[in-house]
Amino acid sequence: MVQIVILAGAILCAAQAVRSKRLLVSALWLAGTSALVAWLIYLLGAPELAVIELSVGAGLVTVLFVFAIHIAGEEPQALGGKLPRPAAWGLTGLSLILLMMLILPGMGVRTSIPILLPFAEVLWQQRGVDVLLQVALIFSGILGILGLLAGSERSGPDAEKEVS
Amino acid sequence: MTLSMPSILLVGIFSLFGVGLYGLLAVRNLIKVIVALQVVVKAVLLALVLAGNLRGQVPLAQSLGLTVLVADTVVAVIGLALAVQVRRCLGTLDLHALASLRR
Repeated sequence: MVQIVILAGAILCAAQAVRSKRLLVSALWLAGTSALVAWLIYLLGAPELAVIELSVGAGLVTVLFVFAIHIAGEEPQALGGKLPRPAAWGLTGLSLILLMMLILPGMGVRTSIPILLPFAEVLWQQRGVDVLLQVALIFSGILGILGLLAGSERSGPDAEKEVS
Repeated sequence: MTLSMPSILLVGIFSLFGVGLYGLLAVRNLIKVIVALQVVVKAVLLALVLAGNLRGQVPLAQSLGLTVLVADTVVAVIGLALAVQVRRCLGTLDLHALASLRR
């Protein structure tokens, strides 16, 4: 029962994050969604991932959003979307129906032997390639942060001097 | 007809995914697009953990979820860096305005 309430809260926060007119408010609603998702992951028996989701998803990513919004500035959002609303709703509904048709038939299938190895052993010994990929991704992320910082430096007083 | 707990959670996860997908299709601001993408990834992460829980393979689900989380964070960082640079160079984050620059 608690899980359903948490998931409902996460959906509500996500809807507010998408609907909100102000970018900063949107980022804060997204942080709420991440926190609730982390709680739900913990309740589903994955505490290590929950901790990482809470610290990275609700912490680091929110800080990055606030930083980027501070640099880019709040822009008054124009009315109307990329697609007309009925088309967006229709495409979303169609995608969900197709996903349900794919996933629901496999819900009852169970594997014969559950894997009881600890998380660290699975991560470092069985999924070693994934860890290498993560290292490469983190390196790309660092380059992305450098891109953000380069943008903030050039928008400082030196850039104004260059213009004048 | 009574729904079991995993089925109810799955419906919730679909709803979360739908909210994110609608956001991806409907919003025009570049930073809001990244927010919507984050919502979609949260739903996928939850689905992975739920699947691991149902199949008795939680460590494997956690390992895959960790990869998804790292990739998602990097996508967010690079997307935000691109959005900031677009705003600096072109003066707008509106996707309609950016699309009209091609013509």
